[in-house]
Amino acid sequence: MTSESSPQRTDARWSATRAPSSLALSLALLATAACASSSATGSSPGAAPSPAGASASMSASAPSPDPRVGLRAGWYDAGEAIWNLRLVSATRPSAAFSNPSTPGDSRLTNTDLAFSGNYVFQGNYSGYQVWDIANPSKPTLRTAFVCPGSQSDVTVYKNLLFVSAEATNGRTDCGLEGVTDTVSHDRARGIRIFDITDVAKPKPIITVQTCRGSHTNTLVTDPKDPANVYIYVSGSAGVRSPSELPGCSDGQPDENPNTALFRIEVIKVPVAHPEQARIVSSPRIFDDLSAPARHAETAADVQAAAARAAASGRAPRRAPAGPRSGPTQCHDITSYPAIGLAGGACAGYGLLLDIRDVANPVRIGAVADSNFSFWHSATFSNDGSKVLFSDEWGGGTQPRCRVTDKPEWGANAIFTLVDNKMEFQSYYKMPAAQTAEENCVAHNGSLIPIPGRDVMVQAWYQGGISVFDWTDPKHPVEIAYFDRGPMDASQPVSGGSWSAYWYNGVIVSSEIARGLDIFELTPSAFLSRNELDAAKTVHFDHFNPQEQPRMVWPASFSMARAFVDQLERSKGLASARIAAVRQALTGAERASGTARQGALTQLAAQLEGEASGAGDAAKVRMLAGAVKELAAQR
Amino acid sequence: MALLAVLGIAGCASTIQQSEARGEPALTPAALARADSGRPPYTPADVAFMQGMIAHHAQAVVMAGLVPTRGARGDVRVLAERIDVAQRDEIAFMQRWLRERGQTVPDPDAHHDMAGHAMPMHGAIMPGMLSPEQLAQLQAAAGAEFDRLFLTFMIQHHEGALTMVEELFASPGAGQDVNVFRFASDVTADQVTEIERMRTMLPASSSADRP
Repeated sequence: MTSESSPQRTDARWSATRAPSSLALSLALLATAACASSSATGSSPGAAPSPAGASASMSASAPSPDPRVGLRAGWYDAGEAIWNLRLVSATRPSAAFSNPSTPGDSRLTNTDLAFSGNYVFQGNYSGYQVWDIANPSKPTLRTAFVCPGSQSDVTVYKNLLFVSAEATNGRTDCGLEGVTDTVSHDRARGIRIFDITDVAKPKPIITVQTCRGSHTNTLVTDPKDPANVYIYVSGSAGVRSPSELPGCSDGQPDENPNTALFRIEVIKVPVAHPEQARIVSSPRIFDDLSAPARHAETAADVQAAAARAAASGRAPRRAPAGPRSGPTQCHDITSYPAIGLAGGACAGYGLLLDIRDVANPVRIGAVADSNFSFWHSATFSNDGSKVLFSDEWGGGTQPRCRVTDKPEWGANAIFTLVDNKMEFQSYYKMPAAQTAEENCVAHNGSLIPIPGRDVMVQAWYQGGISVFDWTDPKHPVEIAYFDRGPMDASQPVSGGSWSAYWYNGVIVSSEIARGLDIFELTPSAFLSRNELDAAKTVHFDHFNPQEQPRMVWPASFSMARAFVDQLERSKGLASARIAAVRQALTGAERASGTARQGALTQLAAQLEGEASGAGDAAKVRMLAGAVKELAAQR
Repeated sequence: MALLAVLGIAGCASTIQQSEARGEPALTPAALARADSGRPPYTPADVAFMQGMIAHHAQAVVMAGLVPTRGARGDVRVLAERIDVAQRDEIAFMQRWLRERGQTVPDPDAHHDMAGHAMPMHGAIMPGMLSPEQLAQLQAAAGAEFDRLFLTFMIQHHEGALTMVEELFASPGAGQDVNVFRFASDVTADQVTEIERMRTMLPASSSADRP
């Protein structure tokens, strides 16, 4: 690809006086090359070359030795290892957000993603970019919006875009020069709201300023209140001066009841009047947080704790004494409005919040974990029976996937969720050892709508992306991956996947330094073509990964066949029956009208009858249900 | 400028936007990165923070290094192992930041006096750092007494790091480099979390516990 070495700009106010004079010249050369520098990669190294997956690996074991170990370093020419995925396209950052001579420049870091229609909104430490991915093999840039303010977490709702501003250098006018005064009304820390009715020309509407700024933001919709949406603001940086934003102060709550610590902020946004967005509550969701039971401690530790409690003549402590304890903030919150819950990743705790009263979330559960450092984010299983928390040990800038780093540190912890009680089940960490030059730790991911299974794709920074199945919460299994070598062979240079999410049939990954990657899953022993086809029947008009939507599968032959494939894989139904059911489905699909309905109704009844005697009765019933739904289709 | 505008439109469908509110011209982030060769502006306070924090972290590594041989509890050993890994990695980060900017890079191992007490560049003691007496007290302890002292002193030590971050951001122009902002914010986030954890690990009758 042509290297990108020049910005291009339509803003007539743009000035060349601060830039090299060669700029205009190189601009002329690059104006066409720089705007959409995606490379469609039909056959990336090690990939299944055919979209149909004809030559995909059907081996039931992962490649060994792991090809992710020892990959060649490089920025755009790093070695790649890929398994059960196909890299559809790799698109470099726009010219405005990429400087070839400063690899890993933090200011040009690509961050989180949000989706609406064919558009991908990609945050960046210097603003955000909007990509059109109608053709996933050739994403096209629609906007590169310049507006620094650290990680620029993005969330989209209809014609509104919400962008987090946290750092002290963010300006209300989106300028690049920072804010050097310790107190300044030019500083923007909070939520910037843009009108994206025309994505090519986002219009700033308002910045809702908050005391601690916004590290991340979470959209929460209220099924009872379509006129408003709510934003939960998590901010982990310091509290600013009341001279800069009146009412802001820090300190312990017993000394200062109005402290901006120990709370989150809730912004209410009237959809028709976003300019009226304001903070409507600051819920103290950490109040009276008792030290929850920790697991993963040795029996000796548990005994010692009991002995300490006994020696002090009282029961194990509720709230530890001394200065106010517990988290002062959350790092991120994942809302799941369909089940009225949110998962808060808050310092040393994973919290379960009841969000049915959207403006006033209430904590209803909490877990801690001896192996967890900094709780980062939460993902619920689609049925709400499990929740997965990740630990961003080292904040994403440190190499925490070295062979010396423990598999339970900087990993995911999987909990079952029964009657709002979280029970630890297992850890999952991307298993391939990375170098000391690669920042690597658990980061952002989302569910992949495989019916009947809990499958998730997750970013691990320079550990690449990992797709894993956590249907069995005690035994998560990796089923696909992609990884590049380090940005630099001799020193740590920031890069890797910040976020990797499934969106309407593809996996989109925000590459910190390399741009936007789009993948397709390919059929394998772990995932059948039918399961993939069924996953692609789930469509969202918009998707904010931290506002988890309930996945609902329309009736389809793919879904029925996906369940049959799962029963074959798990040996949950006799193989003779598997063959017969497949044949019956094929026959029904060829038929039409009442003949099809009759065949499907008969098959569903058969399956219901034999479920209790099958190895996997629950799955056979799901299959029967899927067939019955097909029968009901007109 | 007219040429640029024309090229921008003709060259591709994309445009680079900035807030309409902005009345003065600005560079693109990429152009800014080229102009300063990837080194955003920083202040003496940023440099002093990095140098001081190296010495500060070095003492935490020294403290954590005592744990395996003092008969510490299992959960204290795990905590110390985590602190050791985290703070060594962060020292490497700070050294790199200073080196890339041609600043004096403290060697965390070179500033220990006989008691293993990390002495920062200018001889000043950073907030929260253990006094030579406290360090000697910790070195002489074992078993449950060691656990209590280790946790008590590490809480004191971590709280000092939080103070250092607060002082950094109270300094005009400091923390504008996102590398510094992000690192300092991570220090706060991690150490607040660890302080809270250590408080729950402390014996109920300890000095840090005020019923």
